[in-house]
Amino acid sequence: MIEFLPFLKNLLSASGLSGYETAVRPQIEQAWAPLTDQLSISRLGSLHGLCRGNAAEPRPSILLSAHMDAIGLMVTAIVEGYLRVTSIGGIDARVLPGQLVTVHGREDLPGVVASPERRLLPKHVTEGAVPLEYLLIDTGRLPAEVEKLVRIGDLVSFAQEPFETVGETLVGHSLDNRASVAVVTVCLDELKNRPHAWDVWAVASVQEEVSLGGAFTSGYQLRPSLAVAVDVTFANGPGSPSHKTFPMGKGPTLVWGPNVHPALFKAFKELAERLEIPYTLEVAPRHTGTDGFALQVVGEGIPNLVMGIPLRYMHTPVEMVSLKDITRAGRLLAEFIAQLDEHFMEKIMWED
Amino acid sequence: MMTKNNPEFRLPRIGKAQISLLERLSNACAVSGDEGEVRKIVMEQVKPYADDVKVDALGNVLVTRRGKGVPRLKVMLAAHMDEVGMMITVDEDDGIYRFEVVGGIDAWKLVGKPILIGKDHVPGVIGFKPIHLTDADERKKPVSLDNLRIDTGPVTGKVKVGDRATFATRFIQLGPSLRGKALDDRLGIATLIELVRTAPPQIDLQAAFTVQEENGLRGARVASYAFDPDLAIVLDSTPAYDQPTWDDTENTSYNTRLGAGPAIYVADGATLSDPRLVQHLVQTAEAYDIPYQIRQPGSGGTDAGAIHKQRAGIPSISISVPGRYHHSPAALARLSDWQHTLTLVAAALLQLKPDFLTTQER
Repeated sequence: MIEFLPFLKNLLSASGLSGYETAVRPQIEQAWAPLTDQLSISRLGSLHGLCRGNAAEPRPSILLSAHMDAIGLMVTAIVEGYLRVTSIGGIDARVLPGQLVTVHGREDLPGVVASPERRLLPKHVTEGAVPLEYLLIDTGRLPAEVEKLVRIGDLVSFAQEPFETVGETLVGHSLDNRASVAVVTVCLDELKNRPHAWDVWAVASVQEEVSLGGAFTSGYQLRPSLAVAVDVTFANGPGSPSHKTFPMGKGPTLVWGPNVHPALFKAFKELAERLEIPYTLEVAPRHTGTDGFALQVVGEGIPNLVMGIPLRYMHTPVEMVSLKDITRAGRLLAEFIAQLDEHFMEKIMWED
Repeated sequence: MMTKNNPEFRLPRIGKAQISLLERLSNACAVSGDEGEVRKIVMEQVKPYADDVKVDALGNVLVTRRGKGVPRLKVMLAAHMDEVGMMITVDEDDGIYRFEVVGGIDAWKLVGKPILIGKDHVPGVIGFKPIHLTDADERKKPVSLDNLRIDTGPVTGKVKVGDRATFATRFIQLGPSLRGKALDDRLGIATLIELVRTAPPQIDLQAAFTVQEENGLRGARVASYAFDPDLAIVLDSTPAYDQPTWDDTENTSYNTRLGAGPAIYVADGATLSDPRLVQHLVQTAEAYDIPYQIRQPGSGGTDAGAIHKQRAGIPSISISVPGRYHHSPAALARLSDWQHTLTLVAAALLQLKPDFLTTQER
């Protein structure tokens, strides 16, 4: 079995903000190369890995999508050697003061996010949270050097190194959604020794955090018979309301709602129960906020499932995920793919 | 006019060895009341140079290095070993803990940070509600300590109520700057270790590596009683609030500035420095061409707040390496300021004459 933990930690040490996934894609390519028959890169930069099935051509195919892009910051101004920034993706500015970051200038500069004293800020921010526009990044370099090395538009990524906890979890930035890239990798690894009839397209997609641009375009280009979006979901934990979150360490979630084909949901649910792979039902009455939202409406539409990996503290540099949930999700995907036969699509129908 | 007497006496320099000692000190975990990790490093460093070393009832390390000749001034130097941090207060099960802060840490600095808990440095995090589950109004609200928890992942028994926790930040040099946790006051500790090693011969040096400064200057109080010195110099690290203002008007309230040299205290919230000592440090800096700045008089305090009121009174002053973002996961100081602080204090000690207190006007 693949040692997915070192691979995942490696992914978590990389940047790869939305639109700039080149910083992380080569590491996924390297892991997927021995597990796939063919690798290619889409026009927008998504990684496509193909594992051919053994059914007669034309074979049906299933697309597994895990976005590889990460949230982060971008330089908007340089003032006395300090940087002002905006966000790429959704970041609660209250998480930022004191965070260690890397400024990707002409060279990589470590920095720290500083929240200036209140008296240096406008009167309306004398109470409450300091908005992102007033935070500064301090690289410790002298102003002249900063002017030379950094330009407006340069990226800033979180520098938090990943680490394991005594509770068999992994902590790091960008576990949303590199944890799911690891899930797909575990699945590909299992499939290496399992015959499967269908073609499998593993996709590490781009720009999920901003526009779902990767999922729309890879879905269109590959036009699979079925799609599964693997993404993180909200785990129960401090600060999070229990009615909107799911247990961590109790398996992946299977999403039910308008973003999911009910027959595909039923097939996954029954398989998980038959194999005694734990899962939690995640009810999503609207937008799932995943690649699945795009994949479902690509071309003439694709029957779609969304699988969630429960994660605490989403969109902070200390996201936390249970290692068991990654292996279980990967195994469930592989088992599902292994049992797909040439007639499976006949089951994907409306019951009414 | 002061002359640079004793030309063969070499003022100490900061090199690789001193920076790597600061790194060890910064990475060590020593929340007020639990200073053992720093104490161990201090003991190892000072023993070869001390005439006398003891650890007192509160955990202060008291080092004496005697000079030659009579009479000799007894000069106390103090730097605090402790740092701000957290203590686990309630076990909420499954690896989730409530905690309190020890020393002055604003709750907003704790959000989304990795920490180390207890003697075994068990890794944990202080997480935060995902942005997706908040609304715009909530994101404007200040962070409340009541809503924060320490999380070690779902496991029990690895951490117990009463354990201390600190930020997990590792020390790093960033060009001309140094970044790490607890630079307040590991910069002072590293400076004091160097001064013990290089003490000038005409004084009795009484080095107090103090405990519980962040918990109310408690170590310094008993250390200065025990030493009963003639005068005291406190080595600390004071905030530099030298960021630009939002509208680019002049920042006139910066406390200190990085790169402007050691910060000499005239008055803070706890101490009015002895004017003779202010004058002595300023004159020494000017004689030796060492850049310095006067810390803007204002709030805050150092061990001098306890020392100057001890016994029948001890003439005291503080001098700080300016540092940004103290009491947060990652403080930032300038190497040149540290060097100049060390040089200035070493030169000032060298220039102290036995009759200093009787010939200078109070």
